[in-house]
Amino acid sequence: MQKAAILNANDVSKSYKEFFALSEVTLEIREGEIVSIIGPNGAGKTTLINVLTGLFRPTAGTVYFKGQDIGGIGPQKLTKLGLARSFQLLQIFPEFTTLEFIKIAIVSRQGKGINLFSSLDKDKGLNGESEEIINMFGLYEKRNVLSANLPQGDKKLLDIASALALHPEVILLDEPTSGVSTSEKNRIMDILLSASQRTGVKSIVLVEHDMDIVFSFSDRIIALHQGRVLADCTPAELEKNEEVVCTVMGQKECFQTFDSLLNRESGERNRHDA
Amino acid sequence: MILRSLMKGKILVGIMAGLILLFLPRIATEHITFVMLGVFGFTLAVLGFNFLFGYLGLLSLGHSLFFSLGAYTVAFSMRQSIFSMELIILITILVSGLVAILIGAICVRYTQIHFSILTFAFAMLFYSFLIKFYFVTGGDDGLRVLTPHLVGTNFADVPKMQFLLREYYYYTLTVTGLTTWVLWRIVKSPFGLTIRAIRNNQVKSEYLGISIWKYRWATFIISGIYTALGGALMAPVIGNVDPSLAHWFQSGSLILMTLLGGFAQFVGPVLGALIFTYLQDFLMSALHYWRFVFGALLAFVVIVAPEGIMGAIDSFLKKIKGGV
Repeated sequence: MQKAAILNANDVSKSYKEFFALSEVTLEIREGEIVSIIGPNGAGKTTLINVLTGLFRPTAGTVYFKGQDIGGIGPQKLTKLGLARSFQLLQIFPEFTTLEFIKIAIVSRQGKGINLFSSLDKDKGLNGESEEIINMFGLYEKRNVLSANLPQGDKKLLDIASALALHPEVILLDEPTSGVSTSEKNRIMDILLSASQRTGVKSIVLVEHDMDIVFSFSDRIIALHQGRVLADCTPAELEKNEEVVCTVMGQKECFQTFDSLLNRESGERNRHDA
Repeated sequence: MILRSLMKGKILVGIMAGLILLFLPRIATEHITFVMLGVFGFTLAVLGFNFLFGYLGLLSLGHSLFFSLGAYTVAFSMRQSIFSMELIILITILVSGLVAILIGAICVRYTQIHFSILTFAFAMLFYSFLIKFYFVTGGDDGLRVLTPHLVGTNFADVPKMQFLLREYYYYTLTVTGLTTWVLWRIVKSPFGLTIRAIRNNQVKSEYLGISIWKYRWATFIISGIYTALGGALMAPVIGNVDPSLAHWFQSGSLILMTLLGGFAQFVGPVLGALIFTYLQDFLMSALHYWRFVFGALLAFVVIVAPEGIMGAIDSFLKKIKGGV
């Protein structure tokens, strides 16, 4: 039943002088999983992502993607290996239209960038695929709008859509729903999950503050606290572990989250199970 | 509807410009035609400069290096008894390409002010080289440029001015037109999209799997070749190449033309080169303090239309479009 690990960190530590941002973190992401990483601010989430995306070389320990050591190999090479990411702080090409935004991702995936003389507009395959992806994300009507002029939620979607256009095996989503209204959050999650499926993504790593999203969409949750893995279990198991939940989320939010967990209608759970 | 009529308008302006250029030697004075030869040279130089600046986002302060390199290549080739302009153009592409490969490999590892200063430094090195190694370069006096052979024909017995205003005019018009079209193709290619992406957002580009510095390097090389081609076309017009072509003032002129015309549009720098060259020519003959007036005019344009003249036209057209 349990599939092979595609991305794993073994005893990873990352320190900045005296301060340990990560200490002896061991985790693995298996094929077909949606794994959430949660933790309070300063728990080491960002550092972990940067280590997992090959941006930082860990001070100790190793990170493997598809059996290859990726410690500090840098984003460009890692992307070519099949690991893509989206960003918490918006990363867009302000002067690109929605369509161009997707085109550049496909061009990069296909290694066409070095083509000096072929016409971009006349590439039917490229145009067709770009439009298809834009359609998946419900942005077809806005295909000629400059991405700088899109609303926040659409910018987030576009960032994710371009990452998915790379056909990655693993995608790491850094707070895909932060800064977006509550009503938009579920829409974004639904769209990105179905699009991931259609583009052949094997596993999703989600970093998220919104506990409703985390608990309804994850197969597994990894809780970080002060640079250590505090819990690595299913949502159901984590719910029962009041101590971990409180530590991870802090006192005030803790009560809110328990409230929302208790009040949540069972329908929402079932939607994910189905 | 309006978009289509705008498109038609643009095509119409293009055809008009083409026709004027085609018949300029017949309808204009000799002087105006002669100045136009300078515009052709600057057009390629400034297109090359803006390919790096407007599309990739790297501001070179040292493109006078490539401009003078192109011009000196013509003089050197003639010293070796190579007079065929086609062959000289080919040599210019090879030489400037090689120099751009070497200098670019160092410069494109840096961005922003560091890149600019490095390019500036290389241009100053070349400038000093041209002055100090006078036994090769002719020093301050420079080197003479004779009448080149065009498409295998020797025009040595045609008076120089007549040659420049007729045969050479149409020759440079053709070369400039063709190479401009090639650059337009590059801008509209996947390569063009990729370097625009890098300028827009480097971090995101890297996470899309684009190897940034490879593209920077390639762009630098293409840019250098174009600016050198501009210098090469200019050399027979000047008749004598000297170190002032490598002076940073030349790099500054290319920047001013670009800002004047507008760096965000492909034709912006070309318009800038046209206005800059004719304005300079007019003011130089009309006024004693032409630099003063010239500087004030440029300052005025940059303040009133920070996006350049093409940028101003573009936003004006958009306003009409939005208003209806």
